[in-house]
Amino acid sequence: MSRADLTAAPERSALWTFGLLGSELTTVLRRGRTLALLGVLAAVPVLIGIAVRIETGDGSPAGPGGGGGPAFLSQVSHNGLFLVFAALSATLPVFLPMTVGVVAGDSVAGEANAGTLRYLLVAPAGRSRLLLTKYTSVLVFCLVATLVVAVSGLVAGALLFPVGEVTTISGTRIGFGEGLLRAGLIALVVAVSLSGFAALGLFVSTLTDSGIAAMAATVGVLITAQIVDGIPQLDAVGPYLFPHLWMSFTDLLRAPVYWDEIVRNLGVQAVYVAVFGSAAWARFTTKDITV
Amino acid sequence: MAPNDSAETTGEATGEVTGGSVGRRKAARYIVPVAVAGVAAATIGLVPALADSGDPDLPAITAQELVEKIAASDEQQLSGTLKISTDLGLPSLGGLTDSLLPGGQGGADTSSAAPEAKLTELASGTHTLRLAADGPDRQRLSVLGKGSEYSVVHNGADVWAYDSASDEVYHQRAEGGDKDHPAPKGVPGTPKEMAEEALAAADKTTSVTVDGTTRVAGRDAYRLLIKPKQSGSTIGAIRVAVDAANGVPLKFTLAPSGGGKGVVDAGFTQVDFAKPDASSFSFTPPKGARVTEADEPAERTDEKADELGAFQKELSGLGDLGAVNVIGEGWTAIAEIKAGEAAAGDLSGMPAEAQGLLGAFGDKVSGDFGSGTVFKTRLVNALLTDDGSVYVGAVTKDALVKAADTAR
Repeated sequence: MSRADLTAAPERSALWTFGLLGSELTTVLRRGRTLALLGVLAAVPVLIGIAVRIETGDGSPAGPGGGGGPAFLSQVSHNGLFLVFAALSATLPVFLPMTVGVVAGDSVAGEANAGTLRYLLVAPAGRSRLLLTKYTSVLVFCLVATLVVAVSGLVAGALLFPVGEVTTISGTRIGFGEGLLRAGLIALVVAVSLSGFAALGLFVSTLTDSGIAAMAATVGVLITAQIVDGIPQLDAVGPYLFPHLWMSFTDLLRAPVYWDEIVRNLGVQAVYVAVFGSAAWARFTTKDITV
Repeated sequence: MAPNDSAETTGEATGEVTGGSVGRRKAARYIVPVAVAGVAAATIGLVPALADSGDPDLPAITAQELVEKIAASDEQQLSGTLKISTDLGLPSLGGLTDSLLPGGQGGADTSSAAPEAKLTELASGTHTLRLAADGPDRQRLSVLGKGSEYSVVHNGADVWAYDSASDEVYHQRAEGGDKDHPAPKGVPGTPKEMAEEALAAADKTTSVTVDGTTRVAGRDAYRLLIKPKQSGSTIGAIRVAVDAANGVPLKFTLAPSGGGKGVVDAGFTQVDFAKPDASSFSFTPPKGARVTEADEPAERTDEKADELGAFQKELSGLGDLGAVNVIGEGWTAIAEIKAGEAAAGDLSGMPAEAQGLLGAFGDKVSGDFGSGTVFKTRLVNALLTDDGSVYVGAVTKDALVKAADTAR
């Protein structure tokens, strides 16, 4: 229990929070490690695009006939916009959340590790507010990372392939403008899908004073969840795992849009945010900050 | 834990609080996540239960009236989402399609978007389907896959099938126009067709009763219960939920007599009887997609329909194809196929390992007829005797053996 929590002047704190968030965001996004992660994320759609371009250069259809590999791969060569969806499908299972795990796991434990956490706490922000700021910056990173993949996919797709009217996976047609709108919506849904995992990472980060340990544990939880989700005999637990409905964003490409699973996915993420967010709060506000 | 450490280094709580009370306060904070998790779990557990409770109060109706209501139902326009679960007790019917359906649907020259091949996949597992219909000339059926969708669109004389996973299109143009509707014909799973099939089989061997009311996809419905009167059938009961307002079957459940979950469970999870958006029936092949045209549409359709029909007859054990002889009637009808010398020769000519494998899949039985092997699924059982005769039916193993004994 902290006295700072109780005594922080309310009128000063709003401005303070923004200042704190601003400096936090700058720190996170300017870090070399973050930039490297974003750079690799940006390279994924470009690589996929070039591979598809080389393979279909002689007019042969993309991919194996059965439509294997990540979703939407076979449509990429006909419409560059699908590179956005293919890239998100390819990175969402492991790569995209892994970068989020690195940032979330590092958020509190990294500061503790570097010995800077105690200085942050000296400022009259309060631990709850500090934690909230940390979480917000992780969420912003989720959005930035998703947008980096999406924008890189869009640019690479537009350069390498023709763009134009979009055929939804239901076979109906929508204009390119609406296609772009759906791509934006998909990026948003993907970013929000990562919020549950981000909260989990934040909680893990409050458990330890070692940034590396927190990152490794968070990414480990992700991989474990993905493996458990993939085992048919464990079907019963699947719906309760945070990655289970991640791919539901593809339902936005149906006509009419099939909302059931998207809504369920957002519900699952909300539960994870509530449970692990409050657990992180309970841990962080009572933690002994010795370094 | 060393609470006083924290107090010193962070300059927060001071020494006036004792370690014990700090510990208690710390523990108190963890109640929040636990409570949140508890509330979430309770909500997940309770909401469906609350939503399910309270079957609607509807005026009493006889089975006869209900069946008439179904027959009289003339809803031309609807759109909705269906969930179909099928568990025939086979490992995977998708892989067996080629061998079961004569003519090799999976051949290299056929498009993966051809409707028959795709729709037989519905015969195992759980699938989400979307259905839209506007009169007899315009229908649409979509099978929702993970990140992909398979759609069959029928609009006037055109039938389009689009498989988004492989980006392939299958097109068929019927010269006769409205005479042929392959799209709905190929659909094994709409509640309406299933109910009609079940009711057609109803005669003195069957008991048809009204089994209370229920709610399906937010609509009030009567439940029709169809049960075989004969013993020995593997079919336990068929339940059809019928919309109380317009008589459209909304849910179809086939329970095996052996218990366990339904062999077939198909029902609307969402349904709307308004006119669907016209755009959902328009289809233009996407740029660059591989389009396969059905060659000689009329003939081909008939041929396919025959194949499908024959397959269905074989399955239900009611067929009358050449050497097939039907024993019994109604639910316990058994098809006897005299394969004769050739097949028997084949069987005994097999290497011992192969015979052992065959034996591993089935159970060895013997009786007055000699001995043979019984292959079991949850619905259809087959007895392959050592002299090459086959007995197939939706009946128990004992009934098969008895039939073989009598036939001898």
